[in-house]
Amino acid sequence: MNTDIYNESPVVHQPAFIDGHSVEIPILKILKQDGSIYENAIMPEIDRELATKTYKTLAFHRVLDERMVAAQRQGRISFYMAALGEEAASVGGAAGLKDQDMIMAQYREQGALMFRGFSLENFMNQMFSNEQDLGKGRQMPIHYGSNELNYMTISSPLGTQIPQAAGYAYGQKMQGLDAVTICYFGEGAASEGDFHAGLNMAAVHQSPVIFFCRNNGYAISTPSDEQYVGNGIASRGVGYGMKTLRIDGNDILAVIAAVQLAREYAVKEGKPVLIEAMSYRLGAHSTSDDPSGYRTREEEAKWQEHDPILRMKNWMLAQGWWDEVQETALFEKLRDEVLAAVKVSEKIDKPPVEDLITDVYDQAPPLLQGQLEQLKVHIKKYPDAYPFTAGRIK
Amino acid sequence: MAQMNLLQAINNALDTVMAENDRAVCFGEDVGHFGGVFRATSGLQEKYGKSRCFNTPLVEQGVIGFANGLAAQGSTPIAEIQFADYIFPAFDQIVNESAKFRYRSGNEFDVGKLTIRTPYGGGIAGGLYHSQSPEAYFAHTPGLKVVVPRNPYQAKGLLLASIRDDNPVVFFEPKRLYRASVGEVPEEDYQLPLGKAEVVQQGSDITLLAWGAQMEIVEKAAELAAADGISCEIIDLRTILPWDVETVANSVTKTGRFVVSQEAPLTAGFASEIAATIQQECFLHLEAPIARVCGMDTPYPLALEKEYVADHLKIYEAIKNSMTY
Repeated sequence: MNTDIYNESPVVHQPAFIDGHSVEIPILKILKQDGSIYENAIMPEIDRELATKTYKTLAFHRVLDERMVAAQRQGRISFYMAALGEEAASVGGAAGLKDQDMIMAQYREQGALMFRGFSLENFMNQMFSNEQDLGKGRQMPIHYGSNELNYMTISSPLGTQIPQAAGYAYGQKMQGLDAVTICYFGEGAASEGDFHAGLNMAAVHQSPVIFFCRNNGYAISTPSDEQYVGNGIASRGVGYGMKTLRIDGNDILAVIAAVQLAREYAVKEGKPVLIEAMSYRLGAHSTSDDPSGYRTREEEAKWQEHDPILRMKNWMLAQGWWDEVQETALFEKLRDEVLAAVKVSEKIDKPPVEDLITDVYDQAPPLLQGQLEQLKVHIKKYPDAYPFTAGRIK
Repeated sequence: MAQMNLLQAINNALDTVMAENDRAVCFGEDVGHFGGVFRATSGLQEKYGKSRCFNTPLVEQGVIGFANGLAAQGSTPIAEIQFADYIFPAFDQIVNESAKFRYRSGNEFDVGKLTIRTPYGGGIAGGLYHSQSPEAYFAHTPGLKVVVPRNPYQAKGLLLASIRDDNPVVFFEPKRLYRASVGEVPEEDYQLPLGKAEVVQQGSDITLLAWGAQMEIVEKAAELAAADGISCEIIDLRTILPWDVETVANSVTKTGRFVVSQEAPLTAGFASEIAATIQQECFLHLEAPIARVCGMDTPYPLALEKEYVADHLKIYEAIKNSMTY
């Protein structure tokens, strides 16, 4: 038993509280909105190639989100979640990592998967739940996953990935790999029990995880001041004895710098880090949500001025690494490609009826095989009621 | 062969797996140096080091969340939940995560290497929170396997099979038998099949089915019935999910009478699922209604435990009622 706290704490003889906000946490900012760099700022490791890839990923993200929200409005897909205004958190996170690092996301981090090279077709096939979806059409749109790209398949229950990341990273460390796990979640999910379980497990067992909180101000309609009263989520990292950093989440250079620093520390020391990225969810929670019911246009307009993509563009222009001609051409090309991909994916067949029972177990048990056979007999009897599968049953 | 109690058989299985697979890791509350509150992981930290056998903070959802991540990464986590009564904080991680990991990803990822060990069951004066048999909650969850051994030989063979099976397994250990049940257990490696029931006694008049610690009770009832000239066929289900319909249905088709017994409360217990299926499979062969002999629909009592449980006399009565129906 460790008795340090008993023996070595400063001693007082009158009862007095310490304040719940007594830990002061600075916020890291590197890039100004006009594209210039703050004086004395330490830049992340970023060259023209990485910067261009990062910017093109941000552009793709914005276009895909715009087009798919529209596709949902047209009734072509059932559901979508945009990341408008906070794309830098996911894209910058991936840009600060290595390809062998595992990404365990919440759901609004498609940008990290884009950075890793998940194809437009793969995105589309998932959203249209067709037979070419890697997830076999089993989850609602935006629940992407790719073993090849080290991007763990998204799970809707909030926060469950947090203790899992602690375990995943523990395994990476046990194997002696040069790899870490980044675990994304929102400030709302940080109220879940799994958040506290996961951070404590990672701290106690010394797992090389980068916990990355996207504090975007809202959990659906609940503003962050109704979610917690402490000093954000970062203060909790301190509570769990963890290296902690707060950053401007709309500053792509701050995101990359923080993740690079965290990665270096996690690999070298074999311990976790908590990053809290302050941002704002400019869009709705999902296509099923309408923010006009719980916040003002003025508030949104204020945050429009902090657009992370425009901020990076301004920096790229200032560097001489980008120009308006390239800008126009890129966005036009992306819009055309997305539209064309929608038209292809929406025509691809739904998965075969056999996929109902595969992957429940490594092999379908007899009882389940029997249920599938019964279902096939039933579908053959009423083919009109099951148009996606009736014609394809052998 | 060696004489082992059920705990020693579990410990021996864990030792076997940790020796052959250096990515096998055992953890849970008090599992490390102390070897678990029941001592199932005794000596493993000394033998395999602190990184492979360790204590966790007191947070069941954290234990299973951590285990899910480790399994997805390719390690072989064997997580202990100290009592099955305390598994519920981890219910979401088991039901929504472990069970659905492979399916929801289209087999991009899985946690097939995960095994969750947990002591269950009553008969130890444990009251509400050290006696429950929650297997039915997990049996309602496609993607999990649920396994319950009845003695030391079964415990080692089934645990080794569970750890090596490529699906997440919840392994319920009958804690009343931890030290009470002693038997011959091979020192060498062996496995018993999952998803297969075992006919432990042939008979012709009536089929009795149970699992885990309840097997002993059923066998005692069968002895009473034998004295009355009733020949009981006794089956140990062994795997609750996915369960072996064929072995049970074949037996009931032969005997025409069926009593199923469980420690857990009657309503919506796994005995009810079995009764429904066997009624459908064997309807024309049944000579009497299927009887379920179970715990009562109350929380698990303390002072009145003896009255509450599905004991051998209640099963014996059910057998006689079925025979004279």
